[in-house]
Amino acid sequence: MFGRFDISRRSAAGWIGIALVVLALLLLPFVVDATLGRAWVRIIDVALLFIMLALGLNIVVGFAGLLDLGYIAFFAVGAYSYALLASPQFGIHWPFLALLPLGALVAATFGVLLGAPTLRLRGDYLAIVTLGFGEIIRILLNNLNRPVNITNGPQGITLIDPLQVGGFSLSRTHDLAGLIIAPVHSYYFVFLACALVSIFISLRLEDSRIGRAWIAIREDELAAAAMGINTRNVKLLAFAMGATFGGIAGGLFASFQGFISPESFALLDSIMVLCMVVLGGMGNVGGVVLGAILLTALPEALRYIGPLQQRWLGEVYVEPSDLRMLLFGLALVLMMLFRPAGLWPSSIRRRELSDEDEPRAEQARA
Amino acid sequence: MLEVTGLKVSYGGINAVKGIDFRVGPGELVTLIGANGAGKTTTLKTLAGLLRPAAGRICYDGREIHAAPSYQLVRLGLALVPEGRGVFSRLSVEENLALGAYCRNDRAGVGADRERVYGLFPRLAERRGQLAGTLSGGEQQMLAIGRALMSRPRLLLLDEPSMGLAPIMVTRIFETIRTIAAEGVTLLLVEQNARLALEISDRGYVMESGAIALAGNAAALLNNPQVRHAYLGE
Repeated sequence: MFGRFDISRRSAAGWIGIALVVLALLLLPFVVDATLGRAWVRIIDVALLFIMLALGLNIVVGFAGLLDLGYIAFFAVGAYSYALLASPQFGIHWPFLALLPLGALVAATFGVLLGAPTLRLRGDYLAIVTLGFGEIIRILLNNLNRPVNITNGPQGITLIDPLQVGGFSLSRTHDLAGLIIAPVHSYYFVFLACALVSIFISLRLEDSRIGRAWIAIREDELAAAAMGINTRNVKLLAFAMGATFGGIAGGLFASFQGFISPESFALLDSIMVLCMVVLGGMGNVGGVVLGAILLTALPEALRYIGPLQQRWLGEVYVEPSDLRMLLFGLALVLMMLFRPAGLWPSSIRRRELSDEDEPRAEQARA
Repeated sequence: MLEVTGLKVSYGGINAVKGIDFRVGPGELVTLIGANGAGKTTTLKTLAGLLRPAAGRICYDGREIHAAPSYQLVRLGLALVPEGRGVFSRLSVEENLALGAYCRNDRAGVGADRERVYGLFPRLAERRGQLAGTLSGGEQQMLAIGRALMSRPRLLLLDEPSMGLAPIMVTRIFETIRTIAAEGVTLLLVEQNARLALEISDRGYVMESGAIALAGNAAALLNNPQVRHAYLGE
């Protein structure tokens, strides 16, 4: 498993492959900008944020097996931590390099706070409680404008400071030796770096001692305790780690949008992130990344159905927004029928759901 | 090695264990027999730190452990083979054994112990890459015992190792238990199969509805008319 990080064993072809991937990732926003338009660069930026979110939820759901339906709350906590301390709301304008770790810390704290009461719950009950917590956070943000105005209620927080490092503001267009770097491009590189770090951390966690403890808890909590695993702390750590990813993504999201309101953190968003994890392949980092990209890009691509109908049929018969949810639902049903373990499943899920092992298992029981 | 005094355990309002006293000396193989619902499993789970006692004292190796959580007890050399085996069915045999050594940091020692377990159960060595869930019941029991041995226990608690196994497997498992005892591991065995358990044990306790009804040498218990009538079907 550690082979893939062993640089000394990498062949020349491997290095060329890596160089090509790096080059492709560097050029991607500019190529997309020139071909599909700037809106799609923005979509890629959002997809990168969702990769971070999905990887965070994957720690909780995929690795530790704790079904969390309120995960978007940590995204909200991160976003509001950033927004409140870098906007005219309180007139505070802290630098983002200080706010990002702070947002991560606040989100991790919330992860532990919301995780602690759920420690004795499992399965359906855990899902219901986390769903409730997610809603509580959203409703709190919606109502914390009276008697003291903290969150500005449903109006949300506007004019959030963009990312700025030294004198380099990501909200301005830069001209780098003829290469025009618009804000969406700059944000792309920041988000890409964060997403890559998230992927790296996820991969390392999976192979670590703590990763094995999560798997043990997912498989059989009582047996895990009998192995000497401190199930309470290990579960809390999963909640905290997952929340950290969400909190950082939230901070980046707030600075990227410049505006946030409680509306952005609804139950549907939690479910969307969960769908990315499940559809991509629960527990498998590559699958989760794939799920996040597909589920961000597909709904956007389906927007073109409106103009296409106009051109071919002369009239818009089905509103793209209606069709999106319809096709999304259909995709989910088809996925669960034909690839129940996800598009790119983890090896354990694959074993669990493959037919191959069935006869042997039956035999063993007989 | 283990000294239990006045142990009471309850689930909500139900008293499952109503104040029991027993002891296990170093190197001994002691068995706890009794019918369904006598409180045997509850007692073992409490010893392993998975349940909190309502009252009483558990003294292990000169230490009070009735308030210690299970993850500390494993580090103190007290391991439980849970009832119904509890192997990680979607993990391979090898991965199960690795989790058994979760608390240990000495890689070389863990590797040696893994080979020791494979020596004890050659069947597991043959199936090291196979998923635990696809093993037969007997093999799963071997794996559960092997996994517990990976933590290098000094006191091993075995909860109904014969449960649901074919008679030939039961015989083999009991032979292995005897081997483990001969290697110097102290054992506390909970069983419904009273005859087999008493035959390999040094001493035994008979539990009835949460209390200890009889205690004595295993051989004496085997000849006790009461035990013969109630548990040996004579």
